[in-house]
Amino acid sequence: MFKIINREEMAEGTVILNEIEAPLIAKKARPGQFVILKANDTGERIPLTMADTNTEKGTITIIFMVVGKSTALFKTLLVGDAYQDVIGPLGKPTHLEKLGDVICVGGGTGIAVLHPITRGLKQAGNHVTAIIGSRNKDLLILEDKMRAASHELHVCTDDGSYGHKGFVTDVLKKILNEKKDQIKLVVGIGPVPMMKFVSLVTKEFNVKTLVSLNPIMIDGTGMCGGCRVSVGGKNKFACVDGPEFDGHAVDFDELSLRLQAYQEDERQCYDHFCKCQD
Amino acid sequence: MAKNEKIQRQQMPEQAPLVRKNNFNEVPKGYTAEMAIQEAKRCMQCKKPACVEGCPVGVDIPGFIKHVSNGDFTKAISKLWEKNSLPAVCGRVCPQENQCEGKCILGKKGEPVAIGNLERFVADYEREKQLATRPEKAEPTGKKVAVVGSGPAGLTVAGDLVLKGHDVTIYEAFHKPGGVLVYGIPEFRLPKEIVFSEVSGLEKMGVNVQLNTVVGRIVSIDELFEQGYEAVFIAVGAGLPTFLNIPGENLIGILSANEYLTRANLMKAYLFPKYDTPVVRGKKVITIGAGNVAMDAARTALRLGAETSTIVYRRSREEVPARQAEVHHAEQEGVKFHFLTGPTKFLGNDKGRVVGMEGLKMVLGEPDASGRRRPVPMKNSEFELECDLAIIAVGAGANPLLTQSTEGLSLNKWGYIIADPETGKTSKKGVWAGGDIVTGSATVILAMGAGRQAADSIHQYLSWGW
Ligand SMILES: Cc1cc2nc3c(=O)[nH]c(=O)nc-3n(C[C@H](O)[C@H](O)[C@H](O)COP(=O)(O)OP(=O)(O)OC[C@H]3O[C@@H](n4cnc5c(N)ncnc54)[C@H](O)[C@@H]3O)c2cc1C
Ligand SMILES: Cc1cc2nc3c(=O)[nH]c(=O)nc-3n(C[C@H](O)[C@H](O)[C@H](O)COP(=O)(O)OP(=O)(O)OC[C@H]3O[C@@H](n4cnc5c(N)ncnc54)[C@H](O)[C@@H]3O)c2cc1C
Ligand code: SF4
Ligand code: SF4
Ligand code: FES
Repeated sequence: MFKIINREEMAEGTVILNEIEAPLIAKKARPGQFVILKANDTGERIPLTMADTNTEKGTITIIFMVVGKSTALFKTLLVGDAYQDVIGPLGKPTHLEKLGDVICVGGGTGIAVLHPITRGLKQAGNHVTAIIGSRNKDLLILEDKMRAASHELHVCTDDGSYGHKGFVTDVLKKILNEKKDQIKLVVGIGPVPMMKFVSLVTKEFNVKTLVSLNPIMIDGTGMCGGCRVSVGGKNKFACVDGPEFDGHAVDFDELSLRLQAYQEDERQCYDHFCKCQD
Repeated sequence: MAKNEKIQRQQMPEQAPLVRKNNFNEVPKGYTAEMAIQEAKRCMQCKKPACVEGCPVGVDIPGFIKHVSNGDFTKAISKLWEKNSLPAVCGRVCPQENQCEGKCILGKKGEPVAIGNLERFVADYEREKQLATRPEKAEPTGKKVAVVGSGPAGLTVAGDLVLKGHDVTIYEAFHKPGGVLVYGIPEFRLPKEIVFSEVSGLEKMGVNVQLNTVVGRIVSIDELFEQGYEAVFIAVGAGLPTFLNIPGENLIGILSANEYLTRANLMKAYLFPKYDTPVVRGKKVITIGAGNVAMDAARTALRLGAETSTIVYRRSREEVPARQAEVHHAEQEGVKFHFLTGPTKFLGNDKGRVVGMEGLKMVLGEPDASGRRRPVPMKNSEFELECDLAIIAVGAGANPLLTQSTEGLSLNKWGYIIADPETGKTSKKGVWAGGDIVTGSATVILAMGAGRQAADSIHQYLSWGW
């Protein structure tokens, strides 16, 4: 059992943070890696990236958006409750090296995934510009942490309720226009459409781009092929070959479609769950 | 001799096809004690039993059958355990027609002794009654052994070595132990309760089972040695799905058999939404391939509500690699077979979901490397088959996750671990390997046989050195 020792609600309760006791995973995990969690006997295996680890306390932190049955179930777990199964660390860690000027772009809950990578890139000696965005001010997460993890932070909201009004890609484009030859790497993590557009922008400027993909997974060990994504026309298994890939080579449209595979079933399962909660 | 030949082989009572295709309960119901004794009496107790030669682990078949015919089922199970630690499993899933029963002398003229059914009966009887005493455990040796993977190979090694007094820990990537026995083979063929009862038996003997542990990620083989393990047995199976690499294969509704069966079995998607994991429930289902895995997928699809479930296989009926019993059961339940057909392309709709398959008819040409006649496409034989779920069951490969993170482990060109066929020793000191990760996809009993040999070799090593 993997006990929750700290829990926070963010973005008006739509995003939840759990700090979980998992000393062995905490010791091994590197930025960019994820875990698979299962709440109870009847639960689904859900992949979530580690937003932080603490080797001294032996804990890992996950931050997830409540989107369906399983994440809604996770939301009901309180401090002192436990996940039945946590498997990890899985996936390849981010390759953190000194390159010079880099930009980290995060949207929505993707900011949680981006944070440890941003911090790692800064620690590796890069000059890090971060751009984060959300639909509105109340949904923005981890602003302070992202400010601390970067040298320069730009905030965007779709509705203009805070920071720059517009999309993260607007700011990205502006910065690339100003110093395109200086930027060595862009890391973009967020909803699939956001990653797609970040990659389209950076492609224009020919800047290397990493994205972190979130296909549907089961085992997380390369055994089922359910997480396959087309990268450069080849099939890759996101759980073992990724989750990070070259944004310019990823077929985002296929990924978007594949994420819909169980939409109707998920709705049924979620409704069933909501009824039981009432 | 004449006497034995007169008794008919006892037919296994089964759920009727039209009933069972709507449930996940086991298909065969098992022999009664009377039937088992009757069947055992058919055995002629051959002096040179051919059946034993057909069994990869050399079960003393006439020996255990003799006890059955005397009604002494407790002695029978002890006899089985001498060579086979999972008789309840093997009785159900061994391809007996190619192994023990295929060699039985009675099969020459009539039907062979139902060795598998008897093995299953004896094991089920013991599981229910718990009368036999397990072999004594030796004094603790203080030596630690790690087993990676909890499929039949890993379970066998763990069982053998714990008896010899060693301190054994099994590391398993999944949240449940059993390997293919729990994630692949469906409930209607092998109830999971049997596997869990075997594992809990091992735990009672002192085997430590660590689930949720992906070796190669959270801990490496070298780190296991640093932690004080003196020997490591690798039995991670052949867990890499093979795809066809044809256009349209990433459409929604096209799944590897591994994914389909894992969702259905391990995650219990057949009980959705009581269990949270969904699985694509096709009305018109195509399964590509004709091994045990394909039969399991095609029959699972029927139970999940398919109107039609069709096997597409590029060779002919003669080459079908699945157990005869499974092919027979599948046909009874209404699975259709398209032989000599090969898929070339999948067709999708605007939502990215599969709606059909394009294929070609085949003829059999010259024998290929496997000795089977190679299927060759016929010109202008294109055809289309409608489907809303396609399951790819054309074999598995070596999963590189562990092997590539382990230094000094020699692999063959397909990525399987090279191990001594007699002992299971690998190129890395203190490391043994066995089962599907050495042989490629094979059978439960071969994996167990490899486990037994490796356990002997590991025990020798722990006693005398490499
Ligand atoms: C490697 C990896 C890391 C991830 N890290 C995080 C993270 O740190 N924080 C976080 O909030 N989420 C993360 N995700 C996504 C998370 O796994 C899904 O949101 C979760 O599985 C949804 O489960 P559910 O049962 O609550 O929703 P469901 O009912 O399964 O789905 C609800 C909706 O979400 C969509 N969906 C389903 N599965 C996914 C998926 N894997 N990714 C995106 N959308 C999906 C469906 O299309 C559906 O519309 C990650 C995914 C992967 C593969
Ligand atoms: C659907 C299906 C039906 C079959 N039907 C039959 C049949 O009827 N009769 C028959 O004889 N054979 C059958 N087989 C074949 C048989 O099941 C296998 O040959 C046998 O299970 C191989 O045993 P194993 O111990 O080598 O590996 P597996 O049973 O594959 O077990 C390997 C275990 O290792 C775990 N693992 C993998 N990587 C790691 C890691 N890095 N760290 C920790 N753990 C890890 C896996 O999760 C798994 O639990 C079937 C196979 C399938 C898939
Ligand atoms: S283990 Fe398998 S092959 Fe051997 S006797 Fe039993 S059923 Fe036959
Ligand atoms: S070959 Fe057949 S008849 Fe002879 S001992 Fe074996 S099972 Fe009995
Ligand atoms: S999740 Fe199964 S292969 Fe990646």
